[in-house]
Amino acid sequence: MAGNLVQGALFTVMVVRAGMLRDAAFEEELQQQVGRSPRFFLNAPVVLDLKDSEGFTTEEAFLDAGEALRRHTLALVGVQNALPEQISAAAAAGLAVFAPNSTQPSRRAAQAAAAPVAAAPAAMTQSARPPARLVTEPVRSGTQIYARGTDLIVTAAVSAGAELVADGHIHVYGALRGRALAGAGGDVEARIFCSRLEAELVSIAGRYLVSEQLPPEQRGSAVHIALVDDQLTVTKN
Amino acid sequence: MAKVVAITSGKGGVGKTTTAAAFAAGLALRGHKTVVIDFDVGLRNLDLVMGCERRVVFDFINVINGDANLNQALIKDKRNDNLYIFPTSQTRDKDALKREGVERVLEELKQQFDFIICDSPAGIEHGAVTALYFADAAIIVTNPEVSSVRDSDRIIGILASRSRRAERNEPPVETNLLLTRYDPARVAKGEMLTVEDVQEILSVPLLGVIPESESVLRASNTGTPVAFDEDSPAGRAYLDAVARLLGEQREMRFVQPERRGFFRVLFGRA
Ligand SMILES: Nc1ncnc2c1ncn2[C@@H]1O[C@H](COP(=O)(O)OP(=O)(O)OP(=O)(O)O)[C@@H](O)[C@H]1O
Ligand SMILES: [Mg+2]
Repeated sequence: MAGNLVQGALFTVMVVRAGMLRDAAFEEELQQQVGRSPRFFLNAPVVLDLKDSEGFTTEEAFLDAGEALRRHTLALVGVQNALPEQISAAAAAGLAVFAPNSTQPSRRAAQAAAAPVAAAPAAMTQSARPPARLVTEPVRSGTQIYARGTDLIVTAAVSAGAELVADGHIHVYGALRGRALAGAGGDVEARIFCSRLEAELVSIAGRYLVSEQLPPEQRGSAVHIALVDDQLTVTKN
Repeated sequence: MAKVVAITSGKGGVGKTTTAAAFAAGLALRGHKTVVIDFDVGLRNLDLVMGCERRVVFDFINVINGDANLNQALIKDKRNDNLYIFPTSQTRDKDALKREGVERVLEELKQQFDFIICDSPAGIEHGAVTALYFADAAIIVTNPEVSSVRDSDRIIGILASRSRRAERNEPPVETNLLLTRYDPARVAKGEMLTVEDVQEILSVPLLGVIPESESVLRASNTGTPVAFDEDSPAGRAYLDAVARLLGEQREMRFVQPERRGFFRVLFGRA
């Protein structure tokens, strides 16, 4: 069955710049982000970006970094942009070494990396944003769809009792009757677009409005929703 | 090729058993050899609606467990030679429907029948999911009210993701909506959802609209599938729906326009 061992798969991995681990403000910010959407950070894989980072030449340094991330439920799985002496220390700590500038050694990721990337959130930069997740069937009550690290596009209706979650934007070309949570990883630039707003809840980067807080005159309209001065703002298209 | 049709809803009491009996009778009337199976273990009442409760000796669970063979358990309908009833057990718990056992029995039934109609229990646990798992087609029985529509929506999602067809990457389960207990007068008053509302929310093809009708209660009390009652509007609506399942075009009857028509205002109920 050894043949089964080799299988390709595409994963989204968060990248944390190593320098930030030494920044006291980072812990707090990380805590806040994780606190806002704990489900999405639970055991989420992290790659440490060593670009321009001094040190990290001992096994202990990586074990400490792993420990620090573990406190926030994140799992350190590897490093990128490592110098030769950092590579051996990382390997000793049981970490994978990813090719420079790419945590996803695949053709699709390489293409995505070549595309311009929107302003990266301060605390965490997504590695090359994977292609948007496209859903063409109605999203039924009781189901949840999560677009990790990317945008979510739904070309059908989203039922009451269904939930859309994306780290990027959410587009619904149909009635949005369920819940939509964009920028779930903390991206305050994320937006929600829908051709008919009948949502139970909309949220961007942890700020949310429930159905009764949505402006009644916007119900049933095509709208986009953004965070403006930390306020969720609904605008008719 | 035999077709397994699951009659399901999520919400209870919406008319699944009535529908299973009516469809089985309607298909038999159209000359298709049909069996209707009761998946509602512990609450069996399909045999009552079919009027054969006193003829039950062996049941679905006995056959699954190998205590009886299929032909000992199948009950032949006295009104139509094409129609058979496969009752379930009243005493066992619903976990008695083992998936492998159900699969074996369905395969055996497929050798003998054109249509295998499965009357599913309410809810989304074991018995219901087992009936859906093997379905080639599903009829989602829905009443024109919000909670029923919501539960139907859930079931459609389960069909799309947890059926055997989905697991095997085969063409999806053919999913149809049947709106039952439709009362045009109450719809006109805004007390119930319109056909259009329900279709808009569920976005699956509409197989038919069955009006609220006293003849349904009468039929089930006398153990007659309502499709055998040609005087009943519900019976005729079921026969239309059966024709549509067989691929025929039929105009929707018994659906009054949403707006209050002139005559309706004058005479109250149409
Ligand atoms: N079109 C109709 N008009 C009037 N009464 C109806 C109609 N359809 C069903 N009923 C009545 O509704 C009740 C429930 O019907 P039925 O037993 O078929 O529902 P069910 O979905 O099988 O219920 P359960 O979930 O308990 O199995 C019965 O009393 C039946 O007579
Ligand atoms: Mg029933």
